[in-house]
Amino acid sequence: MSGFRGRDVLSIRDLSRADIDLVLRTAKKMVPIAVGEKRSRSLEGKILSTLFYEPSTRTRLSFESAMARLGGRALGFSGSEGTSVQKGESLADTVRMVEAYSDAIVLRHSHEGAARLAAEFTDKPVINAGDGAGQHPTQTLLDLYTIWDEKGTFEGQNVALVGDLKYGRTVHSLTYALAELGSHLIFVSPETLEMPREILEHVKERGLSFRVAHRLEDVIRDADVVYATRIQKERFPDPQEYEKVAGSYRIEVDMLRDAKRDLIIMHPLPRTTEIAPEVDRTKHAVYFKQAFNGVPVRMALLDLILGGGA
Amino acid sequence: MRELRVTPIKNGTVIDHIPAGLALKVLKILGIGDAVASTVTVAMHVPSQAMGWKDIVKVEDRELGSREIDKIALIAPSATVNVIRNYNVAEKRRVTLPDRAVGILRCANPNCISNVKEPIESEFLVRSKSPLRVVCKYCDRELEDIVAHIL
Repeated sequence: MSGFRGRDVLSIRDLSRADIDLVLRTAKKMVPIAVGEKRSRSLEGKILSTLFYEPSTRTRLSFESAMARLGGRALGFSGSEGTSVQKGESLADTVRMVEAYSDAIVLRHSHEGAARLAAEFTDKPVINAGDGAGQHPTQTLLDLYTIWDEKGTFEGQNVALVGDLKYGRTVHSLTYALAELGSHLIFVSPETLEMPREILEHVKERGLSFRVAHRLEDVIRDADVVYATRIQKERFPDPQEYEKVAGSYRIEVDMLRDAKRDLIIMHPLPRTTEIAPEVDRTKHAVYFKQAFNGVPVRMALLDLILGGGA
Repeated sequence: MRELRVTPIKNGTVIDHIPAGLALKVLKILGIGDAVASTVTVAMHVPSQAMGWKDIVKVEDRELGSREIDKIALIAPSATVNVIRNYNVAEKRRVTLPDRAVGILRCANPNCISNVKEPIESEFLVRSKSPLRVVCKYCDRELEDIVAHIL
């Protein structure tokens, strides 16, 4: 039996290497169920609350799909309109109420630390589905699953994280996780959006070497994985400057000529202009598969936490 | 007869060995402003054998709660707190920095859940005592200007 039963998942940093390994291996077993080839009733009778104070298509639907594929049910809300939240109910009170209706709670909230607060007010397991600019551990787990599933290992892989590394929460969490798992990291961003110093220090403390680069063209040849993220317009005071910077991190088909044959390109989606649509047709593109992987990974996590036993 | 710069107090608290220059911050922590009922004496830049220079704060007719002492520890871990009763030192306490600072600091991140109307107290984990570094338990951010965020 794993140590997952009844546990909160608030930050990827709460999970050990062995925990991550267990989630990934369990997720692999879930794939035939996730695609509807096999049936499972392992969470029959279990109810998951999905409290989405901020709308999120992918995360909420994949949690609900995951629960349904395992024979359980999901209930909840998306956006706080029409709920008691709008009447000024505190998160603490909402969680205490919802705890009576379900076996586990998935929470997406606009404020950092919301999931940790929620976990303090309930004995039911809380899964953080994104708290403001903070943590989104199930996104990190599905990112890790995608790399592991495609490459078979993390160790020695050259993983290039590209785009807004300063504010992007997915790349922060992924960096912490990959630093534990032994990948070689390449940080590619404009100078104004570089990875925060404390995260670079953390990678250094883990004894790993990394590279900081400003041009995608300089690293694409060495990369085994390119993880592209969105550069947001609001980070730039001058719209022209934004166009220039965002354009220089766009992945085009002709850039891939020098790339490794088995390079994979990932993106947490939604994308805007970071990856040219022509790239979708290359064998490098795995971002839609990555989005699908959210289902088996969340199935694995729910099954481990709610104790269905895969 | 040697003239005393600061006279002894009958009842109250003497906070001694405050690093020179921090006395006014200690006053801020104790909430000593316009409306104070008793006499407060502040001595700044006093020669000290152990520290070279130090500040001293004496507050009459008031004994400090443990939370106030924790707050002082955040900015002056070297300070000593003497409780005076009837001109005698009734208790001598050295401030100690707790591992967790509960309810005494405000998170600087405006988007942190601890700054929203929720029934919780702020909580910071002390990551390093010297230099003092604290991290918000909720949003995980390090607090940059600790003194400015004392509640």
